Amino acid sequence: MASYKKEKSVIWDWLTTVDHKKLGIMYLIAGTLFFVKAGLMAVFMRIQLMFPENTFLSGQTFNEFITMHGTIMLFLAATPLLFGFMNYFIPLQIGARDVAFPFVNALGFWIFMSGGLLLSLSWFFGGGPDAGWTAYVPLSLNENQLGLDFYVLGLQVSGIGTLISAINFLVTIINMRAPGMTMMRLPLFVWTSFVTSTLILFAFTPLAAGLALLMLERIFDAQFFNPTAGGNVVIWQHIFWIFGHPEVYILVLPAFGIISEVIPAFSRKRLFGYTAMVFATMIIAFLGFMVWAHHMFTVGIGPVANSIFAIATMTIAVPTGIKIFNWLFTMWGGKITFNTSMLFASSFVPTFVLGGVTGVMLAMAPVDYLYHDTYFVVAHFHYIIVGGIVFALFAGLFYWYPKMFNHKLNEKMGKWFFVLFTIGFHLTFFIQHFLGLMGMPRRVYTYLGGQGLDDFNLISTVGTFFMSAAVILLVINIIYSAFKGERVIGINDPWDARTLEWATPTPVPEYNFAQTPQIRSLDPLFYEKVHGDGTMKPAEPVGDIHMPNGSILPLIISIGLFFGGFGLIMLEMDNPIVSPWIVLAVGAVLTFGSMALRSINDDHGYHIPKSVVQADLKKWGGGK
Amino acid sequence: MRKQIWRLVPVALMLFLLSGCLGEENLTALDPKGPAAQWIYDNMLLSIAVMTFVSIVVFVIFFLVIFKFRRKDGDDVLPKQVHGNTAMEITWTVIPIILLIILFIPTVTGTFDFHVNADPSEHEDAVYIKVTGHQYWWQFDYEEGFTAGQEVYIPAGEDVVFELNAEDVIHSFWVPALGGKIDNIPGVTNALTLNADEPGVYKGKCAELCGPSHALMDFKVIALERDEYDAWVEDMLAVEQEATAANAEAGYEAFQENACISCHAIGGQGMATGPALTNFGDRQTLAGVYDIDDDELLKEWIRDPQSLKQGNNMPAHPDISDEDLDAIVEYLRSLQVRGADQEY
Ligand code: HEM
Ligand SMILES: [Cu+2]
Repeated sequence: MASYKKEKSVIWDWLTTVDHKKLGIMYLIAGTLFFVKAGLMAVFMRIQLMFPENTFLSGQTFNEFITMHGTIMLFLAATPLLFGFMNYFIPLQIGARDVAFPFVNALGFWIFMSGGLLLSLSWFFGGGPDAGWTAYVPLSLNENQLGLDFYVLGLQVSGIGTLISAINFLVTIINMRAPGMTMMRLPLFVWTSFVTSTLILFAFTPLAAGLALLMLERIFDAQFFNPTAGGNVVIWQHIFWIFGHPEVYILVLPAFGIISEVIPAFSRKRLFGYTAMVFATMIIAFLGFMVWAHHMFTVGIGPVANSIFAIATMTIAVPTGIKIFNWLFTMWGGKITFNTSMLFASSFVPTFVLGGVTGVMLAMAPVDYLYHDTYFVVAHFHYIIVGGIVFALFAGLFYWYPKMFNHKLNEKMGKWFFVLFTIGFHLTFFIQHFLGLMGMPRRVYTYLGGQGLDDFNLISTVGTFFMSAAVILLVINIIYSAFKGERVIGINDPWDARTLEWATPTPVPEYNFAQTPQIRSLDPLFYEKVHGDGTMKPAEPVGDIHMPNGSILPLIISIGLFFGGFGLIMLEMDNPIVSPWIVLAVGAVLTFGSMALRSINDDHGYHIPKSVVQADLKKWGGGK
Repeated sequence: MRKQIWRLVPVALMLFLLSGCLGEENLTALDPKGPAAQWIYDNMLLSIAVMTFVSIVVFVIFFLVIFKFRRKDGDDVLPKQVHGNTAMEITWTVIPIILLIILFIPTVTGTFDFHVNADPSEHEDAVYIKVTGHQYWWQFDYEEGFTAGQEVYIPAGEDVVFELNAEDVIHSFWVPALGGKIDNIPGVTNALTLNADEPGVYKGKCAELCGPSHALMDFKVIALERDEYDAWVEDMLAVEQEATAANAEAGYEAFQENACISCHAIGGQGMATGPALTNFGDRQTLAGVYDIDDDELLKEWIRDPQSLKQGNNMPAHPDISDEDLDAIVEYLRSLQVRGADQEY
């Protein structure tokens, strides 16, 4: 076994880390970068649509932007941002020292990153994919558009990363809970992460299969979808939406989880109807799988199918409604502190309702013949995605920031950020409902003047400027707070919160808990504040703590997958500089070689000696 | 507070709308011009009513909460910790279910009512038109045996069954003022019934992303009184391109020489891989979107169609001579089947 303190360079440390907290921060940083990239594309698209017949972007570029904007936002921004919080806080909230498989956790991150980079590389090889994030065939079979090969392989690779991370979360939550942390005492964020991970397990597998078919058709000339060769175009839509619809819930359930953490903390009340919330989450997830064809009402799948899918879709409103009222009644009778986090969390509730009610409207199949593929839908899903998921991410960011970075974000700037963002958000998207009804299809790069669409499009674009200003203010806030923000070192629980992550010292030691805590209730920290001395009771004596070693292998395996994907894409290039087969071989050797190395090389990790843990305890307090 | 101000935005917008800002007539779905559109509009209002009720309930509770239950400075009393309340939970489960049942009923009946079988033999007494979507134009094949491009003529006040198909990628046939959309899918045959209450020109759009010029894939539905419609059908059938070419003979020659006819059918003659030009002189727009009266634009289109519609499949004719071009334009303008006095 290796000895305890080994000096490593900072960069090497981050490239090899298997610590869930560092990986959480890496997910957050990666997600933020992709978020900014896709956000800039959105702003460019809105500038193009600011005036009728504008020529800022061409139709081709615009289509590449919508495709990349949607794909990046869903796969490479929202998902990793949520994964960042899950990585950091699931172990802390359940009283674990790490996730179940730290090596796999690092592997998941790096594979996800290499897929994301592969997708982004498309810009350097003749432009991004241009068939929308849904990549409907036959449009996505366009041979001349190399970008679509990057789409197929980039998502395939990054999907593997997401899938193995989800499996890791599942095992962690099932196996690694501290004594007394029963399933019905899990914080809601852990519950929703658990259900989301299950959804990923069942949704990303059909996606992987679908992408494999598309790859075979594009690169190896199979004929699954080509109608002139007897293929079926609609099959792709089914496969895509069997993944694509649950994907929305994959993103929104952890967002619900964040809201369910923040609202009780700042209302100083326990979550109203905890059990109902848990079961509502599961029902939503289950129904989320049964409604995919509501994206296909206009495809002509017949009145029976349309009716069934319409009714199943509307039914989701019931468990969602349960959640809405439970949040409202959590605040009811509370003592609410409106800091930035709570501003986002509380206004999430009505905003999300506005997105939800249009969802029910869309579910009325024969009326959807009007809404489908118009700006009404664009408005609806941005109310869910921005008004829901992004609001929750911001609430979570301001809430958890002190635990992650040892200082608070500036509240004054935070409140301005909230105001600007909210105004911009509603200006941008509320008006788009009407644009759709007035005859504006979605995914159009331009529209003619004099059709009554000019004013609303202008207002919508102005709204994006407000949101951009808000995001710039957030960046300034982050930089400012890093130097001038209120320090919370040594303050474990700056919000007077309720859940276990706030029982760890700040900064969080690499082993999280010197002694695994004994859980006696839901909201364990709050319970100890009321019934105990305010600190967690340990479930074990102080002793040596076993930790896993870092490893560079996850990074190398991912680089191998990157080369593998790139090699397949090179098969489609006209004059590749090297033979694609060589690139493929290099990728295979790197990936499988590192896997073999990992298998034969015994790595038992290392121990943090009892004396060090005791010294830490003395320094930070707590424990017996 | 600031929050209240932005909550007023929806109200302001509603007023804006009520004051008549509904979009362009014969395009917007907020001013329906046919029974299908009317049904959709009515049921949209029904769902908006139900959903407004839900939203108001949530907003009222929300505002009560955020104003009543703020924590005052220095107030450290712990609020009562409640578990939940089963009676309340049941209430807010049952009431939404009742509201949804109100919406289930029209959803199911409407879904079945709107469904049309794409078998022409079941629609022998209705006008039956085959619609084929192409990147980025529309082809309309009539039962009488002629073809029109970009503009589809129908009799007003009658059900018209459109059989929907696509040639290359998926498109979607949408005339907002007349009704909902259904997709045109290669290898799949769908159908849609529309009915225009009054004669007029209704704007249609492609609603499914189909390539770089998807935004420019507009078309028109032109509804005529029944007798005018019958006359139009007669005229379309009667077109003999020699006769039409009588007053534009040079143009007719140039049209043949530059192989335009290899893609554009005129009357019964020529291929139909591009839009038929039989009644080009009656068109309202060039390429579905541009000013039809602009000769220079028309010439630019013939020389370099890509510059006006990126990615479309018409080859460029950069070397065509100016005389030929003038002659072709004159010839195209002469391709009329409706009298100049008939105006829409
Ligand atoms: C915050 C500011 C945002 C703005 C201004 C914005 C703007 C836009 C615009 C203009 C489109 C193209 C609409 C169309 O013609 O179909 C679009 C599409 C889309 N957006 Fe956003 N968006 C924003 C945030 C987000 C976020 C945070 C997400 C997801 C996490 C997201 C997901 C999508 C998706 C999935 C599409 C559809 C892409 C496609 O059609 O392939 N957007 N957005
Ligand atoms: Cu189209």
